[in-house]
Parts: sequence; structure tokens; C-alpha cells
Amino acid sequence: MKHLIAGAALAMAAMTGSAFADGHADYPDRPVMMMVSYGAGGATDFQARIVTMTAGNEDALGMPIAIVNRPGAGGRVGWNWFASEAEADGYTLGAYNIPHFIAQSIEGGVSYSADSFEPIANWGADPAVFVVGADSAFNSMEDVVAYAKENPGGLTFSGAGLFVGHHIAALQLEKAAGVKLAYIPNNAGGAGAMRAVIAGDVLGGVNNLSDAFRAQQAGNVKILGVFDLERNAEFLPDVPTMQEQGFDIDNASVNFRGVMVPKGTPQGIIDKLAETVPAMFENQRVQSRMAAGGSPMAIMTRDEVLEMWAARQKTLEELLAGL
Amino acid sequence: MEFLFYLGDVFTPINFGLLLLGTVGGLILGATPGLSPTMAVALLIPFTFKLEPQQGLILLGAAYTSTVAGGAVSAILLKIPGAPANIATTLDGHTMATKGEGAKALQLSFLASAVGGLFGVFLLIFLTPVLAGWALAFGPSHLFWLAILGVTVIGTLDSSSVVKGLLSGCIGLWLATIGFDDIMGAQRFIFHPSVSGGINVIPALIGLFAIPQVITMFTKGRSSEDAEVISVERHPIRLAFIEVFRRKTALAIGTLTGSIIGLIPGVGGQIAGLVAYDQSKKFSRESEKFGTGHSEGVIAAESANNAMVGPSLVPLLTLSIPGSPTAAVLLGGLLIHGIFPGPDLFMNYPQVAWTFINSMLIGQILMCVLGLYIAGLAASVARVPHAVMAATVLGLAVFGSYSVQNSMGDVYVMATLGIAMYFLERFGFSAAPLVLGLILGPIAEANFIQGSMIANATVGTGAYFFTGWLNWLLILIVLASVSYSVWMEITARRYTTKDDAVAKEEALS
Repeated sequence: MKHLIAGAALAMAAMTGSAFADGHADYPDRPVMMMVSYGAGGATDFQARIVTMTAGNEDALGMPIAIVNRPGAGGRVGWNWFASEAEADGYTLGAYNIPHFIAQSIEGGVSYSADSFEPIANWGADPAVFVVGADSAFNSMEDVVAYAKENPGGLTFSGAGLFVGHHIAALQLEKAAGVKLAYIPNNAGGAGAMRAVIAGDVLGGVNNLSDAFRAQQAGNVKILGVFDLERNAEFLPDVPTMQEQGFDIDNASVNFRGVMVPKGTPQGIIDKLAETVPAMFENQRVQSRMAAGGSPMAIMTRDEVLEMWAARQKTLEELLAGL
Repeated sequence: MEFLFYLGDVFTPINFGLLLLGTVGGLILGATPGLSPTMAVALLIPFTFKLEPQQGLILLGAAYTSTVAGGAVSAILLKIPGAPANIATTLDGHTMATKGEGAKALQLSFLASAVGGLFGVFLLIFLTPVLAGWALAFGPSHLFWLAILGVTVIGTLDSSSVVKGLLSGCIGLWLATIGFDDIMGAQRFIFHPSVSGGINVIPALIGLFAIPQVITMFTKGRSSEDAEVISVERHPIRLAFIEVFRRKTALAIGTLTGSIIGLIPGVGGQIAGLVAYDQSKKFSRESEKFGTGHSEGVIAAESANNAMVGPSLVPLLTLSIPGSPTAAVLLGGLLIHGIFPGPDLFMNYPQVAWTFINSMLIGQILMCVLGLYIAGLAASVARVPHAVMAATVLGLAVFGSYSVQNSMGDVYVMATLGIAMYFLERFGFSAAPLVLGLILGPIAEANFIQGSMIANATVGTGAYFFTGWLNWLLILIVLASVSYSVWMEITARRYTTKDDAVAKEEALS
């Protein structure tokens, strides 16, 4: 009997060994979970659901991806869990938001950094924009900055939270314009920050391009500038960038969204995902749904994302050093 | 009257089938502890990918309406609120059930839900442009005062004494501080990885209400052989109709409170039921009967939580801002089909928008009819022996807590809070004020911090929080609410000893 058990154990070991050796040809053989560190209905959640909807197709993973939300504290809750508790077996993916998680790791108090995760692919890039209410007296960034110079620290403007893309954009604006502003982080995320602008609780706000575009279509806000290197030709061709308006601001606050896995996931699985996932984002159905929802796409491969992460890490360390 | 023009669209075979499916599914999901309306709607989103926009929205609208009402079933029969909106329903609803009036309580709750729900949807149809302005009127200072108003309710809510009510409320407020703070991201009281994300309301709700029930059932099962649960007397629907419309004050207060609170973004239906319950208790001529299985309690709470459904969509449909988590999920459902909500929605996509609203209207009626049928079946649920019932409830509690975010941590939180609550109940504390504290804590805190940040940059804290008619009005209601409680405490001092509390518990269970 003992021999039998020992034999079975050996056989098991051999089987798992061979599975690792052959580069995970069977992966995935069951549905895959993807953690989103924001609540259901938020922009990240909404986009994650669209870009993964074709995962079950034969030319993609062949298995569906289920979205699981772990919201809280601007994403810290979800990424903490992903870095410290998620299993690195390839069946647990996570959605990342740059610059959020890198800025949070620089600020401290969390158990992750850019080294805790392995990027797979990027699906979207949502630049931050500056919005004011439809009936606001401000018509350009120049007006906004002139007001801020007259009232140092008196220009209130909302954003989705501290150490997220909106906050980075706010810091860049303060630095580039040489003024002191009153950034008011909202507890209800981008939607809450937008409500505060429309209701007139604050004089202006930083928000996502996609949400601001919708609010502008609804006639509720004016968009004064884009925090990016180029104008957004698809949705807002008429809105100038900050650089065009004389402020030296780059694309460090652009909200890049993509898929990652925890460090320690087998290299074979990472390679397989890095190959199939960008192709999945290219799917025509995904593209049309994303465009319909007003969500700008930017598909990047694993190598490009690795480079982008490293560049952000450097910029953000410099920017946040002064705080 | 444009909505009448599109009413026919709801009755095409496919659309009506989806409406029925959404309603039945919603009632079942709603009655399952842990599956809140937000979760139910999010679960249905993938199915709408394949449907036409209007059909998808019919499914979502029907499910939203009926999950809110479905939560009353478990609140009444098992004393486990299906969602935070149903907390107030347990107070009188479950007490009625223990007295054998479970069927009556369910009938009242579904009828009141339908009345409140229809009123809410009619508000959405006729007054949307006016209401949109109101939804924007509540800034951080007003939301702060509104949360404080909620805190004043805590003392008088279903406890054997005001002091014990306040103490449970404080425990709830403390629990709410655990985890990362919402604005600054500071870590507080994280003594175990399970609570690093804070205490989620749903597992806390399940634990605090269900676990003490389960333990009580088990202990009782051992002491007596014939441990049948509660008997259910038949109750003709005709009498339920008469009862609901005889309790005009409760029905009116519930419906109005629910509609107003539903309109305010960020507060949502979680506290609509509790505030309506408390207000109708204060206005009722039989206020001493509240908490002892009084029909007004059920009517006020259930009409309020369904009345909030319609108005809660006003900010979404007119301003494109989701006012509640459920509305945010619905926004996703619209965007997926390339439909941008906003003032033009009714012009650009009249068919989609009106069919969606009509589906909620018809959904309310369907929900009521099906609900009344379910009420007839209540007797068979109640005939289940204690041991089986306890095991089933425990299973549902674990499943419900785990399913919120696929986390065992939430199950541990649920179990710990539940066991603690069992002992607290022995000493006359109750769960409702505790959960209210847990819900209100973050609202009050985040809005106070935001408000004071804005105030410091502009007019100063004093002026920001204490001027403006809306601030004054809210402060006035807070003061009135506090003085009422103080007056009640002085005139009818309610002392409870440990023995009284045990005696009350014995009598109830």
C-alpha cells in the first residue's frame, strides 16, 4: 500500500513537472478571473468588461474571463490584495491603472510597487482634461490661471482622489503655472468629481476625457485643456493641449489601463498571455463597443508597457519628491 | 404623456418575456442575502451584450425594481435584510412573522412597495427636469448635515434604551473607520488582512442579522423537541389592501421620504427605509407600537425603499452622472450600446428611454402580483424545522458574504461580527443602529473633509457649513429630531436590565 501511494505521488510529481516543462500548452483549461480595483460601473470596470468579452473565442484564450471587483481607497485595496494574496498561477489577472498604482507606491503605505507585477498588455489611454461648468466665466486655461494668481489657494477644483492621474495632473498644473491651487479629492471617484463641477460646488475640475466628453455632449461642462502631448483627434479635436496654452505639461497623468499578473507567474504563461491578449484587444467587436462608449483605446504590447512603466516611475518620483 | 405612446413596446412577446424574466429573477436574487440590487444588475449586464439596447434595459430595469422589493422576503421571514435598503423592514416585519403574521407582512410590504415604486417612477416621468436641479443642490455641507440627521435617528431606533442605541451606533461608526480612509488614503485599525479593505456593508449586514438568528435557532432546537418555527396564518389579500390604504400617514411619509432621499446622489436607498421608518414613528399616533410588529413600520420602510428607485435615476438620465452604485452599473449598460444619457436622451433615443421607464412602471405591477403570490407560499417556508432552517440560513450567509468580492476575508468578518452581535443582543443592543452607524460614518466623514477643504480655500468653515437655506433647514430638522428623542427619554424613561433583555428575546424567539 505504501508503495502504491509513493508511486502515485511520484507519478503526480512527474505529471506536474511535465506540465511545467511543456510551456503550459493546456493553459488556460478553466475560466480566468480578472481583478478590477474599482467598483462596478466605473470607467475601468466598464472598459475591462468590454475588452475581455471575447476571451472565450477560440482565437483568443478559449476560456472566458470573469471580472471581480475589489474597490476601495483609490485602488489600494485591490492592488494590495493582488500583490500579497493573489495566486501567481495565471488564472488570476489584474487590471492596472497607471499612474495611480505607481504614484501610490511612491507615496508609501501600500504593499506593492511596479516590481510586484508583470504587465501583459495595455488596452486604453484616457487623458485627463480640465473642465469647468457650462456657465463658468472661464473660457481658457489662461483665465483659470489668472484667477488663481489673484486668489492664491482659492481656486477649488475637484478630482477623483489623491495619488491618481487627476491629482498628478493637478500637481503638474501647479508647477507649470507657478500658482497655488486647492485640489479637492472626491470620495465618489470621477463621477462624484464631475458632479461637484456641474453643481458648482467647485470652480473647476480634472476629469477623464471619456467622462468629460459625455458631460460636454450633455451640455453640462466646457473642456478647457487636455493633459497630453497631442490633441485627441477622435473625440476632442478642438480642445488644445496644455502645452499649446503655454504650460509645460507632458503625458505623465494619462490614465493607462491594461492587464497584468502577479510576480512569480510562470514565464510560459506570461509569454502566452503577452501574445494572445493584445490580439484580443484588436478584435473588431471590442473596438466598436469601446468607440461607442467614448473610451479611447491604445493597445500596447508587454515590452512597450514595461518601458512605459519604467518611464512613469522616474517622472513620478521627481514630481512627488517635492510633496 | 409621451410615455403612453411607447407603452405598447413593453408588451411585445420578447420584451414582455424579458420583463417577466427580470422580475422573477430579481425577486429571487433580491431575496438571497448578499445579492444587493447593484450586484444583481451587474450580474445581468453580460446578458445584455447580445440584446437590442431597449431589450437589455427592460431586463435591467425590471431586475433593479424587483431586487429592491425582493429583499423584503428574507427580511420578514428570516430577519436577514437582503440589502441595506431592507434593514428597517426587519424591525416590524420579522416581529409580525414571529407572531404568525408573516403572510400579512409580506402582502403589506409588496403592496407598499408597488405604491411607493409607482409614485417614484411617475416622478421620474413628469418632474425629471425640476428634480435634476434638486439633485445638484446637495453639496458636501448638505450631505454632511444629512448624515448627521441619520445619526440622530440612531438613538431611537429599535433598542431597549436610547443610550444603548447610541452605543451600538458608535460601535458602527468605529467599524466604519477601519481600513483605508476614502480621501487621504491613511490606514486605520488594520489589525488583520481581512479588514484591509475596510468592513464591507453587505457581509456586516448578513453577519449582524443572520448569525444571532442562527445561534438562537440552534440553542432552541436543543431545549425543546417540537422546535417548529413560526406558524403562518392565512391572510386575505383584500384585507391587506384595506390595511395599506388605511395607514395613509405611514404610506405618504414613506413614499415622500424615499423619493427625496433617492434623489440625492451618494446617499441612495441605503438609508431611505430607516429614515422613513423613524419619521413615521415620530408622526404616528401609535408610535409606541413600532417595533412590536406594527403594520405601519413595514409600510413606511418598504414604500420608501421602492419610491427611491425612480428618482435615483434622475441624475443619471438627465446629467449623465450616476447617483448610486446601481445607477453606475446601468450607465455601463447604456454606454455599451453607444447611448449617452443626458438631456438629449429623450430626443435622440425616445424609444429606448421611454421603454426603459415604462418597463419599470409595468415591472412594479408585475412585481406586486408575483410578490403577493409568494406571500401565499410563505407558510411552507415557515414550516421548515429549526435545525434545517438554521443550516440553510448559515449556508446562505457564508455564500452571500463570499460572493460580494470572492473573498474569505469577508466571511471571517461576517462570522466575527455575527458572534459578537449574538452576545450584544443578550444585553439589549440591536443590530439596526449599528449598521446605520456603519453606513453613515463614511458619508459624514468624507463630506466633512471635502467641505472643509473647499471652505478653507474659499469662505471659511463656519460660513460654509452654517449658511444657506438648505443648511439651515437640515440643521433645524437635526435639532428637532434630537429634542424629540431627549423629550421621549425624559417622559418615558426606558430602563432595561439584562433580565428584561433576555425576557424580551425569549418572547420573540
